[in-house]
Amino acid sequence: MFAMINNAFSIALKEIRRNLTRAFLTVLGIIIGVSSVVTMVTLGEGTTEAVKSQISSLGSNLLMVRPGAGFGPRSRSAGVPDFTEADVDALLRQVPGIAAVAPVRNTSTSAIYRENARMGGVTGTNPGWFEINNWTLESGRFFTDDDLKKGAAVCVIGQTVVDDLFADEDPIGKKIRVGKASVEVIGTLKEKGQVGMGDQDDTLVVPLSTLRRRLLGQTSAHDIGMISISAEDGVDSDWMIENIETVLRERRNLQDNQENDFSVMDTRQIAETLSSSTQVMTTLLATVSGVSLLVGGIGIMNIMLVSVTERTREIGIRLAIGATAKEVLLQFLVEAITLSSVGGAMGIVLALGFCTLLAPMIQVNFIFNTQINIIAFIFSAVVGVVFGFAPARRAASLDPIDALRHE
Amino acid sequence: MNTKSLIHLEGIHKIYGEGDASFEALKGINLDILSGEFVAIMGPSGSGKSTLMNLLGCLDRPSSGSYRYEGIHVESLDKTQRSLLRRYALGFIFQGFNLLARTSAVENVELPLLYRGIGRRKRRQLAREALDSVGLADKERNTPGELSGGQQQRVAIARAMVTQPRTLFADEPTGNLDSKTTDEIMLSLTRLNQEQGITILMVTHEEDVAQFAGRQIHVLDGLIAHDQQNH
Repeated sequence: MFAMINNAFSIALKEIRRNLTRAFLTVLGIIIGVSSVVTMVTLGEGTTEAVKSQISSLGSNLLMVRPGAGFGPRSRSAGVPDFTEADVDALLRQVPGIAAVAPVRNTSTSAIYRENARMGGVTGTNPGWFEINNWTLESGRFFTDDDLKKGAAVCVIGQTVVDDLFADEDPIGKKIRVGKASVEVIGTLKEKGQVGMGDQDDTLVVPLSTLRRRLLGQTSAHDIGMISISAEDGVDSDWMIENIETVLRERRNLQDNQENDFSVMDTRQIAETLSSSTQVMTTLLATVSGVSLLVGGIGIMNIMLVSVTERTREIGIRLAIGATAKEVLLQFLVEAITLSSVGGAMGIVLALGFCTLLAPMIQVNFIFNTQINIIAFIFSAVVGVVFGFAPARRAASLDPIDALRHE
Repeated sequence: MNTKSLIHLEGIHKIYGEGDASFEALKGINLDILSGEFVAIMGPSGSGKSTLMNLLGCLDRPSSGSYRYEGIHVESLDKTQRSLLRRYALGFIFQGFNLLARTSAVENVELPLLYRGIGRRKRRQLAREALDSVGLADKERNTPGELSGGQQQRVAIARAMVTQPRTLFADEPTGNLDSKTTDEIMLSLTRLNQEQGITILMVTHEEDVAQFAGRQIHVLDGLIAHDQQNH
């Protein structure tokens, strides 16, 4: 048996070498399929890792409250009221263990300093926000409760905004035009860097009251899209989430039979939700690539079937000079498996090339995943077995007399 | 010459198809061929000579009757066993040469050795010797497309002989060749028969080709019409 397989290998390799172009075209589908699966999964995992490390850098005691059920791409927030400042006060008063709480209202508007202009997000919040999000100052100062109370025309900006608006000037004390209002830059934030979730330094923060009165010119009570909370050290976050839910359910007049129309998550859950959504993307892309792998397999079967017809006479010769049907079957099967495995290996090499090239471009780490490479390789070999079997059986079932007579 | 009976046919029938569409190609053939004979099987097309040849060459099995090759009941062998019998005892050459395209002469000759499981080095050596014996030592790298018809048939003879079979089956071996080349090929076959004592069974419809054989068997309508010794 071993000698027979060994023999089938040397015959199959001779056949492949005899027609390299055909062999290459046969495995092209496998190469493309394997390389795209491996690339997608590798880069997808890199992204997931980046998101996870990003979020865990926020600290373990951070909680976020949002209207609507669920975070991320599957959240349902339509028609659900935002929070009020009274909700925020109530949380601070009624939930034990809160270190700081910040209402967050985001909007998007222009910011202009002299000839420099940018469009971007503006965050309205309270001074606690800086502490909750671990911001430190590069220069100047944070705004204070007093600024918040007065609705002072002041703002604190991140490094990206500094770079956009101020070339070499010191921004502190300069007046910039944000939307309709003129506000003074009182502080700049230390750079956090760009990881996973986007540019953290693309930040322009004003007191919530300033955002409402000066920038938007409106004072709706239900306008807080998110509440950020940091817990005191050692507080159990599940217990804290429960307390926050109790308070908010009461304030939002939810009956016992109604589900929460808001959601509370801690860092771990946010990390899980966001990475699960990147994992969904990864799975989706890998599935699409998997389909191309399948198509590649069908390509192999197609060409092998054609080549059985084309090589009928060759098979007849082999049978006439004493090859058994089993040996012919094995020869064709080994040819198919060799082709698809070599295609798989080439696909993996190609994918590693792609990843090395693309990973820095989309700013994720290139994490070599042994598992997916092994799986992709085994899968390509299996494709050879599955799709090589039908042609091989057809070749083996040929009658030597008919096969020799074939023109 | 060894006069042991090599091939023994008794009441061989071969029927193709079933029912009304059936066709009886062989209608009861009885035949004995001795070891070392050179036999030409002749007959017009449709006479059943090719069917007989395929049965003798163990490529096909009879519908009824008994075929003993060296005492082995071929009619009771399955496909694989017949393959193995062909591999170890028989050699074939064909009208259309049937060499593997885009494959060098020496690799074509090696092919039967490959199925016998002979190692690479020994294979190459035996194949070269066989090519040398048909006078093609200098053409071993050439593919069939680069060889003339006569040269291709000599490669085919080398391929058939490289395993040193006891019996050689030749199906219209000169059908595609001109008369000069025909004579060369027939002389090679005669030499194999006389010098090495190889039994040769050859199908042909050409009278002058059949003259090289020691015995002529004429097949007509699925039966042996006459069977004569040449000399």
